[in-house]
Amino acid sequence: MSATLERPVSGLRGRTAVRIGPASVVLRWRQLLVSLIALVLLVVVSALSIGRGDYPVAIPDVLRTLVGLGDGPQNFIVLQLRAPRVVVGLLVGLALGVAGALFQTFARNPLASPDTLGITVGASVGAVAAIVLTGGSSVGALLGGFGIPLAALSGALVTGLLLFLLAWRAGVDGYRLVLVGIALWSAGSALVDWLLTNAQVYDAAAAYVWITGSLNARTWDQAVPLAIALAVLVPLSLAAGRSLDVLQFGDDTARGLGLRLPAAQTAVVLLAVALTAAAVSAAGPITFVALVVPQVAVRLTGGSRPPLLASGLLGAVLVVGADLVTRTALPEALPVGILTAVIGAPYLLWLLVRGRRRFT
Amino acid sequence: MTTTADAPARSGAAPRARRGSPRARRLLVLLVLLGLVAAAALASIAIGTRSLAPGEVWRALTDRHPTDEAAVIVQQLRVPRTVLGLLVGAALGMSGALMQGHTRNPLGDPGLLGVTAGASLAVVLAIAYFDVTSVSGYVWFAFAGALAGTVLVYAIGSAGRGGATPITLALAGAALSALLYALVRAIVVSDTQTLDSFRFWQVGALAGRGSEVAWQVAPFIAVGVVLALANAPALNLLGLGEDVARGLGQRIWLARAVGLAAITLLCGAATAACGPIAFVGLVVPHVVRALTGPDHRWLVPCSALLGAALLLSADVLGRVLARPGELQVGIVLALIGAPFFIALVRRRKTMAL
Amino acid sequence: MTTISSGTGVRHDRAPDPGAGPGRVRLAAEQVRLAYDEHVVVHDVDLELTDGSFTAIVGPNGCGKSTLLRALGRLLRPAGGQVLLDGRAIARTPTREVARVLGLLPQSPIAPEGLTVADLVARGRHPHQSWVRQWSRDDESVVAEALAWTDMAGLADRPVDALSGGQRQRAWISMALAQGTDLLLLDEPTTYLDLAHQIDVLELVGRLHAERGRTVAVVLHDLNLAARYAQRLVAMKDGVLVASGTPAQVLTEELLADVFELEARIVPDPVTGTPMVVPVRRLR
Repeated sequence: MSATLERPVSGLRGRTAVRIGPASVVLRWRQLLVSLIALVLLVVVSALSIGRGDYPVAIPDVLRTLVGLGDGPQNFIVLQLRAPRVVVGLLVGLALGVAGALFQTFARNPLASPDTLGITVGASVGAVAAIVLTGGSSVGALLGGFGIPLAALSGALVTGLLLFLLAWRAGVDGYRLVLVGIALWSAGSALVDWLLTNAQVYDAAAAYVWITGSLNARTWDQAVPLAIALAVLVPLSLAAGRSLDVLQFGDDTARGLGLRLPAAQTAVVLLAVALTAAAVSAAGPITFVALVVPQVAVRLTGGSRPPLLASGLLGAVLVVGADLVTRTALPEALPVGILTAVIGAPYLLWLLVRGRRRFT
Repeated sequence: MTTTADAPARSGAAPRARRGSPRARRLLVLLVLLGLVAAAALASIAIGTRSLAPGEVWRALTDRHPTDEAAVIVQQLRVPRTVLGLLVGAALGMSGALMQGHTRNPLGDPGLLGVTAGASLAVVLAIAYFDVTSVSGYVWFAFAGALAGTVLVYAIGSAGRGGATPITLALAGAALSALLYALVRAIVVSDTQTLDSFRFWQVGALAGRGSEVAWQVAPFIAVGVVLALANAPALNLLGLGEDVARGLGQRIWLARAVGLAAITLLCGAATAACGPIAFVGLVVPHVVRALTGPDHRWLVPCSALLGAALLLSADVLGRVLARPGELQVGIVLALIGAPFFIALVRRRKTMAL
Repeated sequence: MTTISSGTGVRHDRAPDPGAGPGRVRLAAEQVRLAYDEHVVVHDVDLELTDGSFTAIVGPNGCGKSTLLRALGRLLRPAGGQVLLDGRAIARTPTREVARVLGLLPQSPIAPEGLTVADLVARGRHPHQSWVRQWSRDDESVVAEALAWTDMAGLADRPVDALSGGQRQRAWISMALAQGTDLLLLDEPTTYLDLAHQIDVLELVGRLHAERGRTVAVVLHDLNLAARYAQRLVAMKDGVLVASGTPAQVLTEELLADVFELEARIVPDPVTGTPMVVPVRRLR
C-alpha cells in the first residue's frame, strides 16, 4: 500500500493528489499555506493577548503555564482570567468565519452573512428582551451568566429557522434567501430599537453593550459549551465542502452533477445558522467577521469560493487580534465588536476600490 | 387603515377610447391613492389619546382662537404631526422608487445607501459633543450626515473597475453602514447620557417633533420632489439598460446625478426629521409597481402618495394599539412591513425588476 | 413513420423511428405533462431516445421544448406521466446514479467567479467521486482527455468567464464529456453564438455522438443546423409533439406551415444533402 503523489493536469496546478490504494485525497497547497500561516498568527496573537493586561506575563511564561508548568499567580491570571476570554474570542471568530463562508457560497453573493440575513439581530432581540424585561443590569449579573446567552441562542435559532422556512419554496433560492433575510433584519432591528426605548436607561446601556459584541468577563462557562458545539459543527461544515463545490453552480448544473439539492441546501443553511447562534450567544453579535473574512480568504487562496477552514482561522485571528488591540492600544477599552467593524470595513472598501474581483 | 395591496385597480373603467385601460387604470389608482391619503390624514387628526368626531375636527380646524382643548390638540399637535407624516412618508416613498429604479435592485432601500447610517452618526456626534438636545437641532446634523454617507457610498461603489453596479453599490452601502454604526456604538456605549437621548431618535417616530421640524425640512423635500419627478422619464430609459438608454440619447451621468441628489434630499430630510424609518422606501414601490406598472412617471408620484398614506396609517395604528401610550411609527412599519415584504417575495418564483 | 397533428388530436404511431439508432430505449417520456404553477406547458407527450441516437427537438418559441428537455433531465417533476431512464422511473432513481448516466447542459449555465477551465471540467467528475475518492487516476485521465478532445487543453488555465462565448460552450461540453455519461442533453447550446461557433459546437457534439457513441438530444432553434447534424428530428407546437422522424420526413412544407407558420421551400443542402429550409414569407 504505497502513497503516490501525482502532478495533476495543467490548469489544476497548485494541488496534489495523494493516493493510497483506491482512496485519494486532494491537497490544495495555497489553501494549506494560508491556513497554516493563519494558525501560526493565531497562536502568536493569542499568546500575546493572554500575556497583556494589568499584570503582564511574558510569552514564554504564558506557554509554560498553558502546559501546566506555571506558578500560582500565573496560573490564576492565565488560566482563569485571560485564557477563557481569548479562547471564546478564538472560537467565536472560527464559527463566524465558517458561517460566513457557508452563507456566501450558498447564496452566491458576497453580501450574504448572518448579519445581513437577520440572524444576529434575532439573537439581539432575544438578549435585549431578556435584559430589558428582567432588569438586566441589576439582576442581570446573576442571570447574565446563564439567562442572556440562552435568550440570545434562542433568538438566533428561531430567526434562523424562520429565515429558512420563509425562504423555502421547493428548495431555497439564494436570492430569495437574501431578500427574506433583509426583511427579517429590518424587523429585528426595529424590535431592538423599540425595546431599547422601553427600558430603564441603565438597562438600555447594558443591552447596548451586549449588542455591540464583547469579550468582557467571558469565562470558561461560555468557552466550554461553545467549544463543544464547534467540535460538532465545524467538522460537519467541512464535510459539506464537497457539496459546496457543486452548489456554487446554478441549481440546474448542481442537480445535473448528482447533488441532492434540497438536502444539501438544508444542511448548509442549518449549519451556518447553528454556528452563528453558538457564536452570538457566547459573545454577542461581533459584526463584520462573517462578512469580510471569507472575502479576504478567497482572495488570498485563489479559487472560486471562500475556503472553509482558512475562513475560520482568519476569523479567529481577526477577533482575537481586535480584542488585543482594544485592550492595549486604545485609551478606553471598547467592545471588540466595534473594532472588528473598524478594521474590517475599510479593508472591504479598499478591496472594492481596487476592483480586483468582479462581483456578480 | 392600512392601505397596501387591498387597493387593486379595478378595470371596471372599461376601455373607452384608443387610450384604453392602462391609462384609465393608472388614473384610477392615482385617485384611489389620493383618497387614501386624505382618509389617513383625517384619521391622523381625529384619532389619538382623545379621539374626536369629524364635526369636532372641523370646528377645531377652523377655530381662529383656539381655547377649547380639542382645538388646541388639533392645531398644535395633530396637524403638525400629520403634515410631517405626509411630508416624510411621501419623501420616503419617492426616494425608494428612485433608488430601486437607479440600482435596478429590488432591495433598493435608501437606508442601504448609507443615508441612515450617516445621519445616525451625525446625530450621535451632535448629542455627544455639541450638546444638542432638541430634535430641531439634530435636523441639520442628520441632514449633513445623510448627504456625506450617500456621497461616500456612491464614490466607493463607483471607484472599482466596472463602475457603479447594483451589487457594488449595495456592498459599499453595507460596508460603510456597518462602519458608521460601529462608530455610533463606540460613542454611545461609553456615554449613557448620549444613549438616553439617542435611543429615542433612533427608533423613528413622528411624535415629539414640533412644527418647526416640518418647516425645516419642507424646502428640501420640495426640491427633492421636483428633482424626482424630473428624473422619472430618464429612469424609464435607464431601466432598459445603460447601453440602450445611451443609444436613445439619454445622458447617463446627468440622470444619475439628478437621481442621487433627489434621493439624498428626500431621504436625508426624512431621516433628519423623524429618525431612521425602514420599509417605506423598500415596500411602497413594489406595491405601486404592481398597480401601475413600471412606468416611472406614474410610479414615482404614486409612491409618494402611498408612502404618505402608509406612514400616517402606521402612526395612527401605533396610537390605537398601545393606548394610552403609543407605539412609534418605525416599529409599527417594521412589524407590518416585514411580513408583507416576505409574502411579496414568496409569491414570485424569482425576484426580478 | 411520421405523424402530423392536425391540431385537434395526436395520432400516435408506435412504430420505431427509422431515423433512430438501433436497440434499446435509454430515456423515455411517457404521457408526460408539465406545468408551471397552474399553466400547463407540455401536454401528455411520449418520446423515446434510443441508444446511440442523435435527436434534435425543434419548435417555435414557447412550444415547450426546453421544458420537455428539463423534465427528461430530471430537473422538473412531471405533473402527469413519468420519465424512464433505462426502464426505471427517473424520479425514484437517486440523483447521483442518474448523474453518472445522464448529463445535462442547461441554457446559459452559470460558472462561479474565478473558476478555471480545468476546474470546471474537473467538476464533471463529481458524481464519480466521494470523500475517500477525491481524485483517482481515472479522474485525472478522463479530465486530461476531455480537455484534449475538445481542444481546450491550451486554455485550461484560463478563467471561464474570460473566454468567448464559443470557447465557454466548449468548456461546458468538455465538462459534460468528463462526466462520462452515456446520455447527454443540451438545452439550446448554440443560442447567442455566431455561426462559426454554432457549427463548432455542433460539430463537437456530432463527434461525441459518432466517435464516442453517446446518445444525444439537443434543443435547437435553427432548423437547418438541426437537419444537418441530427439523425432524428422531433417537432413540437404548443406543448404537443407533432412530428417525429428523420429530417427529411419531418421538414416538409406542410409542417413548416402548420407548426412554424412559415411558407418555405425545402431544398437539399448543397454541402450535406440534408433538407434545407429556405423561407419565403410568414403565414398568418
